[in-house]
Amino acid sequence: MSEFKIVGKPIPRHDAWSKVTGDLKYADDFSLPGMLFAKVLRSKYPAAKIISINIHKAEQLKGVQAILTAKDVLHNETVTKFGQSTEVGKGFEGLYRVLADKEVRFMGEAVALVAADTEEIAEEALDLIVVEYEPLPGVFDPVEAMKPGAYLVGENGTNIIGEFGCGQGDIEKGFAKAEVIIKDTYKVPFVDHAYLETEGGIAWIDDYGVINIRVGSQVIEHFRDVADVLGLPHNKVRYIGTMMGGGFGGKEDITVETYLALLTWKTKKPVRLVYTREESILSHSKRHPFIMKYKVGAKKDGKLVALDAELVADAGAYPYLSPWVTLYATVNAAGPYCIPNVRVKSCCVLTNNTFTSANRGFGAPQPNFAYESIMDELSHKLNVDSLEIRRINCLTTGKALSTTGQVFKTHVALPEVAEKAWAALGEPVECKEENRKIGRGLAIGLMSYGRMTFLHDSSRSYVRLESDGSVLIRSGIPDLGGGQVSLLCQIVAEELGIPMSRIKIYYSDTALTPLAGTTTATRQTYMSGNATLKAAREIRKRVINKAAEMLNVNPEKLDIINEKILVNYDQSKYLPLVKVIKACNTAGIELFCEAQFNAPFTITPDLLNIRGMTFPDFTFGAQAVEVAVDTETGQIEVLKLVTCYDVGKAINPLSVEGQMEGGSIYGMGYALIEEVIMEKGITMTPSFAEYIIPTAVDVPDVKAILVESGGGLGPYGAKGIGEPSCSIIAPAILNAIYDAVGVRIKSLPASPEKIIRALKKDYFEK
Amino acid sequence: MKKIEIEFTINGKKRRLSVKPNDLLINIIRNDLFLTGSKYGCGIGECGACTVLLNGEPVLSCLTLAATVDGKEITTIEGLAIGDELHPMQKAFLKNGAVQCGFCTPGMILTATALLKENPNSTEDEIRDYMRGNLCRCTGYIQIVKAIKSCENNLETS
Repeated sequence: MSEFKIVGKPIPRHDAWSKVTGDLKYADDFSLPGMLFAKVLRSKYPAAKIISINIHKAEQLKGVQAILTAKDVLHNETVTKFGQSTEVGKGFEGLYRVLADKEVRFMGEAVALVAADTEEIAEEALDLIVVEYEPLPGVFDPVEAMKPGAYLVGENGTNIIGEFGCGQGDIEKGFAKAEVIIKDTYKVPFVDHAYLETEGGIAWIDDYGVINIRVGSQVIEHFRDVADVLGLPHNKVRYIGTMMGGGFGGKEDITVETYLALLTWKTKKPVRLVYTREESILSHSKRHPFIMKYKVGAKKDGKLVALDAELVADAGAYPYLSPWVTLYATVNAAGPYCIPNVRVKSCCVLTNNTFTSANRGFGAPQPNFAYESIMDELSHKLNVDSLEIRRINCLTTGKALSTTGQVFKTHVALPEVAEKAWAALGEPVECKEENRKIGRGLAIGLMSYGRMTFLHDSSRSYVRLESDGSVLIRSGIPDLGGGQVSLLCQIVAEELGIPMSRIKIYYSDTALTPLAGTTTATRQTYMSGNATLKAAREIRKRVINKAAEMLNVNPEKLDIINEKILVNYDQSKYLPLVKVIKACNTAGIELFCEAQFNAPFTITPDLLNIRGMTFPDFTFGAQAVEVAVDTETGQIEVLKLVTCYDVGKAINPLSVEGQMEGGSIYGMGYALIEEVIMEKGITMTPSFAEYIIPTAVDVPDVKAILVESGGGLGPYGAKGIGEPSCSIIAPAILNAIYDAVGVRIKSLPASPEKIIRALKKDYFEK
Repeated sequence: MKKIEIEFTINGKKRRLSVKPNDLLINIIRNDLFLTGSKYGCGIGECGACTVLLNGEPVLSCLTLAATVDGKEITTIEGLAIGDELHPMQKAFLKNGAVQCGFCTPGMILTATALLKENPNSTEDEIRDYMRGNLCRCTGYIQIVKAIKSCENNLETS
């Protein structure tokens, strides 16, 4: 094949047109005649017994069509699944409770559902439902929750719902060899995804009795879970996934779908449900707070000899994806470093806080903050500079991950990305103000792309070449805004030599599109990209072979460019693509293909001693920042931010840069301002007035450097970038703060208050 | 509740509606006129996703009472392109990759057109400052600021 025609070009995304015109219909932009409006009654307490629920008055309200409580749900308790069709054992499946029954476990938990003629009536009905609670003490700190005799959140006799471990060498002997040892504890808070589009959707029953749910979801495979709740065959529930107004992991668990299905099934009318912002923040999952105890030992020259890490994650009130996130964190805990002696132990613990689950990074950002902070402490203690200490310890191609021993057979762009990021900071900003101190920080990291290999992940895609030379793609791929759908169009356009405008893609529909798996785990470029590439190449082969026969030349001499089949790239010697398609059709050659791509399969590891391959591959990156710290106010301004990743191959550089920039700012919010504050299980930051995310004025000069090693497992050597892009920035910023003012902040976010308290320690401790 | 008769122009078309005194403009635009390009993001004026132009000025339709638009002129995102010809700001957002999930995009584009009308030669800092009321969770604002900057002197002053 000749050089790329569309792949690698910074082109506008396929979906961008209908987004700039406002024509795209998101989940909340769609209505049906006669539809009802749903509302959810939510718990006012983080832990309480439900003594009684009285719906009598609410039922009498004119315009109320249905009120449902737990007793109306056929299978109110099932298990959480996440699109996997493989049995992975009990350790990963938690209780999925649709509506609270005898007790509530967190504030905002759903207790009852209402469907009414108008939104106002539905809201009024909520006020008329009388729930009698008996508050319970609850437990809100995961460390407290682990202690014997602690308040039990669930029914299993312990609050610990997952324990993991891995490592290598001999930790005692390792530390005995160390010439310097550093111990520290790092903490990270609850974080909200804060997508601009809240959760929402509409459901109706079609002519054949199938429940159709049009919803913004990262996991359309939840149709099975919804069917299980209603006791219906799986093929009687259909998800029609919409383009999402952001997901970031928050639309990975079921949100509105089960409620919609129950209400439409009960009323036999279309039902719409859209969360308010407050409801969204109260009720959907959060990023896991972790308490991370780290100890590292090194030689005087900076060479690492031992690492010991203990991680405790707050799972909140229900398991959801906590065991998986904790496993990710466990595998990531030693970072991209070669350390001969490692021990990692971790667990996730139920509390009566809002439940935690997937959030962009999925267990990578938390340990990254810990290990890159302690590496920085080590660099200062030993007086080895930031880049050098990483250079002498980092993984390289062919080396193995120090936690699990997984060998990197693909390209590892370390220390290259670190060197590039650090150098790109350029000359330091000059600052003459006495209260304004400038500092620089560096951090490196890794994160997997593709799901855990013991899930036996696969994706399918269908491509059809029409008789007029246009193309139809069908893929179950959900698009959360990252450009997942457009990417598939670009691959097909490349392979079949047609412009993007000639492609129509149908996506994210469990009835009509082949299931492509979840838009999670930074897996779609890799998985659905490869499935689509496989299908497109099959069709390409058939077309080229036919053309070769027609031209009487060797197929290897042919290429499809601009809807022409060229011989040796000679513009004067070609067949129009349409002519070859006609010939194929006449000869009965199939110009459609549904292909499946399988990730590598492994068996479920021993969770307390995870060894070998657990992920298909990893993405490596580095971030470097320059900050200014105001020593009077504690205000931090990020002045420069460099983000450098080996993306393998940037299929659409504009999208990849967008991920790297957006991911950096997502992570900058984590570092400096974002925290869902929970006081004894009560969310104190339930709106955008309290939960603050970065605005245009907070954003520094960002430089994205794309390294394209071609060493990834995705199409054309691409790696995944969506989640890795946000996972490294926090320690880079906090290391820069240390460099500026000598203050080490060990809990996120690094708020001005924390900076001032640390800077004026003497004053505050008087 | 007693309804109020109002008349206004939206995207060049005259409309007459009866609204309740507490009806919010966003609900009228989305639910009664089916112009769903204006988005609900927070309902309290913190995110800017519901921005529309009222007599050319950006306003938050989630905080504006419908009754107050009587006699005024509204532009929503659907009214920006002329036929199939996109507005230069829409083109700039496309070209610069300023659109990811797209949920903030209508509000961003409308606010940006108002900015460049007020100040066609805005500096990057002025752009950032003017856009601070429009939240975006995907892009980190980099490509959005680039798109707006690229549009300078490119907008008709009409």
